[in-house]
Amino acid sequence: MTALLKQAAPQEDLPRTPSGIELPLVATAKDHGIDDSLPGEYPYTRGIFPDGFRGRLWTMRQYAGFGSAEDSNERYKFLLEQGQTGLSVALDLPTQCGYDPDDPIARPEVGKVGVSLSNLSEMEILFDGIDLAKISTSFTINGTAAIIYAMYVACADKKGVPRAKLTGTIQNDILKEYVARGTWIFPVRPSMRLIADSILYANDVTPRFNPISIAGAHVRDAGSTAIEEMAYTLANGFAYVDELIARGGDVAKFAKRLSFFFYVHMDFFEEVCKFRAGRRLWAKLLKERHGVTDDKALMFRFGVVCGGSSLTAAQPFNNVMRVAVETMAAVLGGAQSIFTAAYDEAFQIPTEFAAELALRTQQVVAYESGIANSVDPLGGSHLVEFLTDRMEEEMRRVMDEIDAYGGVVKAIEDGWMQSRIAERALERKKNVDGGKTVIVGVNAFTKSNEGASTGETFQLDPGAAKRVLDKLEAVRASRNNAAVERELDRLAQAAENDRENLMPYLVDCAHAYVTVGEMVERLKRRWGNFQEPIGI
Amino acid sequence: MTETSEAAVLRGKRILIAKPGLDGHDVGAKVIALALRDAGAEVIYTGLRKTPDYIARIAVDEDVDAVGLSVLSGSHRDLVKQTRASLEAIEAGDIPIFLGGTIPAEDWPDLYALGVQRIYTSEMPLADVIASIAETLK
Repeated sequence: MTALLKQAAPQEDLPRTPSGIELPLVATAKDHGIDDSLPGEYPYTRGIFPDGFRGRLWTMRQYAGFGSAEDSNERYKFLLEQGQTGLSVALDLPTQCGYDPDDPIARPEVGKVGVSLSNLSEMEILFDGIDLAKISTSFTINGTAAIIYAMYVACADKKGVPRAKLTGTIQNDILKEYVARGTWIFPVRPSMRLIADSILYANDVTPRFNPISIAGAHVRDAGSTAIEEMAYTLANGFAYVDELIARGGDVAKFAKRLSFFFYVHMDFFEEVCKFRAGRRLWAKLLKERHGVTDDKALMFRFGVVCGGSSLTAAQPFNNVMRVAVETMAAVLGGAQSIFTAAYDEAFQIPTEFAAELALRTQQVVAYESGIANSVDPLGGSHLVEFLTDRMEEEMRRVMDEIDAYGGVVKAIEDGWMQSRIAERALERKKNVDGGKTVIVGVNAFTKSNEGASTGETFQLDPGAAKRVLDKLEAVRASRNNAAVERELDRLAQAAENDRENLMPYLVDCAHAYVTVGEMVERLKRRWGNFQEPIGI
Repeated sequence: MTETSEAAVLRGKRILIAKPGLDGHDVGAKVIALALRDAGAEVIYTGLRKTPDYIARIAVDEDVDAVGLSVLSGSHRDLVKQTRASLEAIEAGDIPIFLGGTIPAEDWPDLYALGVQRIYTSEMPLADVIASIAETLK
């Protein structure tokens, strides 16, 4: 329980943001400090570009992927035809956790929550007919991020696309996996090494590619407040910065390629101010702690997802309105890329209809609402400046608490952060159950779901898993298995030396059609598995 | 329902909360575990990525009154079937199974047929979930 909420206890009745900040009835100039910076100027409170969205609109990037690579390739082509400007690949759990589809623990999950991508040949199918030099692709991948990135580089090689032309992002943020999302594989420290390896390699080989997207989204969706979401994410960000510096990285260089990722939930002003405050705090701390002065390196670039646990299975069409409100908050907060979730995400893989409607939602905001025409149009609003200041203060305080505990790595290894989030989730649930937090259709304005339409139902092709397994068998039979062994041995050898960058070895493995599971297995022999602290 | 009456309803019960398969979304499982504990139950939580055989073995070793499975990956049908089989294989088929997570309504009849006692989704009030579990275990 944080001090913030303890303080909150005696004055429960005052209106507060969901993070617990007491709101004035009318904010005035007395409620906030003065920040004269312009957009594109340090500390970037008003955004990182002087011309906001006039220069370049945000990237519309819908998260999609399911079944086999052929199924997902078809959906990507559909989304690109509808005006989407970047791809975002959802991977299935076996790929995310480092198991091949034919592993017994993987079998029930093949192709379920994302596409199965066990080796380079699947990657080639996934991007068939898509120009990797033109379309930027984001991969929500963490435990096996370095491996999937290696496969992407190998895929570009095979298609004759110069590596330097690749744009996109791998999430590659393992710290929050231990806390909230659960697709960890190795213990924390070797995982941090792998992340440093991939970032340092990417800076040189694919300089336009973002090798990490430090994500608060999942921690938020699991239960933490907007303030904690940003504070934990910045704390994780600095843990990566420290690791990279320890590995000899130049902060002024690698910081230019750090990016961030958040959820947008429903409290409009808190969400807008979360981004303004976080952007300012990151720039200030990077300057204070590491003496960074390069403008580009201080810029806090982020993508968002609108939806998640703010969406409901009850009265699901209400979700369309929620996502529209959240999209506006993301735009006014200055996001570089936006994923608008489909209204049916709360209970299934989106149908094509729902996926299209979600994309149309942000297109309407972008092209009809006019809110992207002037930069940071809410800047100077007393309430917005007040909340930006207050949230920044509270973010700093949460970061100080983590530092006082001994830093994020220790807080995660001990399970301290995990327990805090579970407590918050229980609190959030109790607030909804008790009616303190109103959710239309769930605890207010409810009606029986009996016979209510939820739209079409998505049906996963039951043959997809079988196709994936058949293809894997064919690859194992046709590849040069002596080369597979040779590359795996080289990888294992390189892993022995902590200062060696593993990326070139992983790219060689990918070229030899070594599978994700085979690479992970070899690294596990050296590093072991993460031991999850399960106290609750 | 007040904290006090909740505190009584599951006193003396031992409940295993388990995460089968690869799904890493554990917040629902943890929230339920905390709520069960508040309601007086002794709760054992498995942690992530457990096989059905492992879950069945822990259920027997810990002599639990019920197993709660949490699945948000869409693999609930296979995982329920396998857990049921694993329990039966060690003569513990009488331990009731509860299921929570993202479970489409159209799958519920099949899941009941596979031996699930009750199904809970995230939007149900905790007090109702606790009351329903208590009712079933009476």
